[in-house]
Amino acid sequence: MLIKLHDHHVETAEDAFVVLEADEPAPAQGPVLVSLARFQADGDAWLSAGRKVGVVLQPDEPVEGLAYDLPRLSLVALTFPKFRDGRAYSAAALLRERYGFTGEVRAVGDVLREQAHFMVRCGFDAFEPSDGSTPEQWARSAFRFHHVYQAAADDRAPAFLEREGAGSASPPRSV
Amino acid sequence: MYRYDAIDKSILTDRSNEFRHQVSRRLAGDMTEDQFKPLRLMNGLYLQLHAYMLRVAIPYGALSSNQLRRLAWIGRTYDKGYGHFTTRTNIQFHWIKLRDAPDILDALAEADLHAIQTSGNCIRNTTTDPYAGATADEADDPRVWSEAIRQWSTIHPEFSYLPRKFKIAVTAAPEDRTAAKVHDVGLQLRRARDGQLGFEVMVGGGLGRTPYIGQTIREHLPVRHLLSYLTAILRVYNRLGRRDNIYKARIKILVASLGAEEFGRQVEAEWAQIDHDKVDLPDTELARIRGAFSRLDFEALPAISPLFDATRKADQGFARFARNNLKPHKAPGYTIVNISLKPPGGVPGDCSSEQMDVVADLAERFGHDEIRVTHEQNLVLPHVRLDDVPEVYAALNAAGLATPNISLASDIIACPGLDYCALANARAIPVAQAIAARFAEPELAQKVGELKIKISGCINACGHHHVGHIGILGVDKKGEEYYQLTLGGSGAEDARLGDVLGPALAYDQVAPAIDALVDAFLKERQGGERFLDTYLRVGLTPFKAAVYADAH
Repeated sequence: MLIKLHDHHVETAEDAFVVLEADEPAPAQGPVLVSLARFQADGDAWLSAGRKVGVVLQPDEPVEGLAYDLPRLSLVALTFPKFRDGRAYSAAALLRERYGFTGEVRAVGDVLREQAHFMVRCGFDAFEPSDGSTPEQWARSAFRFHHVYQAAADDRAPAFLEREGAGSASPPRSV
Repeated sequence: MYRYDAIDKSILTDRSNEFRHQVSRRLAGDMTEDQFKPLRLMNGLYLQLHAYMLRVAIPYGALSSNQLRRLAWIGRTYDKGYGHFTTRTNIQFHWIKLRDAPDILDALAEADLHAIQTSGNCIRNTTTDPYAGATADEADDPRVWSEAIRQWSTIHPEFSYLPRKFKIAVTAAPEDRTAAKVHDVGLQLRRARDGQLGFEVMVGGGLGRTPYIGQTIREHLPVRHLLSYLTAILRVYNRLGRRDNIYKARIKILVASLGAEEFGRQVEAEWAQIDHDKVDLPDTELARIRGAFSRLDFEALPAISPLFDATRKADQGFARFARNNLKPHKAPGYTIVNISLKPPGGVPGDCSSEQMDVVADLAERFGHDEIRVTHEQNLVLPHVRLDDVPEVYAALNAAGLATPNISLASDIIACPGLDYCALANARAIPVAQAIAARFAEPELAQKVGELKIKISGCINACGHHHVGHIGILGVDKKGEEYYQLTLGGSGAEDARLGDVLGPALAYDQVAPAIDALVDAFLKERQGGERFLDTYLRVGLTPFKAAVYADAH
């Protein structure tokens, strides 16, 4: 199942992309989602034919390798081989914050709702939960915290800016 | 000290609710232990030999009286009436039931306490100087920066699934009481010649199986850029640190394999591309935090207290306590009181709920409501009037808390060892007790002076044996407990890893070997040398001769 995040709403979505394995021939038309190697081989042809293309990155494939292609890509899928492998969080943050990528950033692999909060904050906006999470469960986990301490790739104001907004309402406290 | 505002409290409540929900899913069987493990670990809950252990965070080791009383209450209500203070300045309760954990977290949250990130592969509790705000020798109050790190690192979206755990220490005094150089990141606050405050940034220190002293990658980072620079370090580590072998996953291994220079270059390159203004705290927030730590309410007192001096003359026990457990305070007429949790025959770092209540009351009556926990597993009342010390001493003494042995041979760091820990090869606590018993005679302990003995029950080095003046490591030799001794380590500003003395010793040879080492030291010592100084001057030979001659 594919879950997408739009304007703070989480809902199930149709997956328009066809995942192509290594040497699998591409369908005649429609969006495709391929490995970095396959993209490097066939990506240009598909893109010039006007097709939407997505790339699946493994954790050891740095996003920097896609830097020049990002404006042409519709989707970057970042893989969690195990949910404990946190490299994709940095990859998502770089895609959004450094490269200003505005396409879909999708979490694939061992994707659990306990990680939803971190994923959303790092800039993921599409998820293929491997734990059968419903959109409601995903949303509850993603937005459980009313406040956050750090600025991240989402649009949430960190505590230090919220406090600034509060002006003299939150004066320095001392004992 | 810093008090949580509505935002800080809200985050604790949300976290506590989240964990309650996760525990109920686990108890209902909706989650596997494998899926639950990292979640409980991020909430400080370990599965140990006998029961669950809950590790509660004490951010940068600072507690109010109210908070310490709450910890005492938890110990009484959910544990066996005590808690164990750790080398990360946290507290552990060793006899917890999983179903009680959510209620405990709620009870902690009511006192602005929590167990967030006391375990797991995330940024752990930041430690700092237990004398912060009280000692005259600090360049700035390191708690300001520790609190900034606490907020930044709490539930960090990018750095909660690191290759391995990550520990940061901040110190602002030339005398390093935080062991900064054996941390993943050690931050030394200093003023440059132009007066600008900055951090010396040291990375890749650590103990465990492969000990390293941290290496400097930045001599002077302007303080306002602390968080963006840490972000760069963590990002390089998160992306490049090894994940195939947990024993090679700490940042020290990455720094060692790239070389500190190359690692530093990558951090600088990353940092140059980060939007600093987005990450670094604005001056208003730094001022808010600083305001919470500034104390202007010390009384103007004479530097000398006649009552204190008279008590010292009249009471030998008090005199010994004053000599070893009091440290100079920046304000005249005040002192820093160290409370040893290393009584003869005790378990290093253990504190009963009754004792916690006594310390909390003393802090409230005589100590500006502040208590600190040290990485050497002792407590500190940082601001006590000299006039009040006799009464504080009497109360501590009545509660079994006046052991006058700070930094002496019996002030031992020991991990829980085979008595509690599933990883240990050998017992640590009984070894500590046997050694401490030999130095129970105060005259001998005093004559020997500063001697830091640190004991680990296995190579994970939770007892920091590598940086003990005398380090003791428990090893398993064909199913028997043996102990490897090292000499000359230090976790302080003169940080250094100890040198192996010789073949490992059997359990009952350890305490006699310490006697032999101390005898050799007293023979070789020149002037007022510490054990460490003498060792560094004369080397292994006389010590080796003393121990192994004795063993035959």
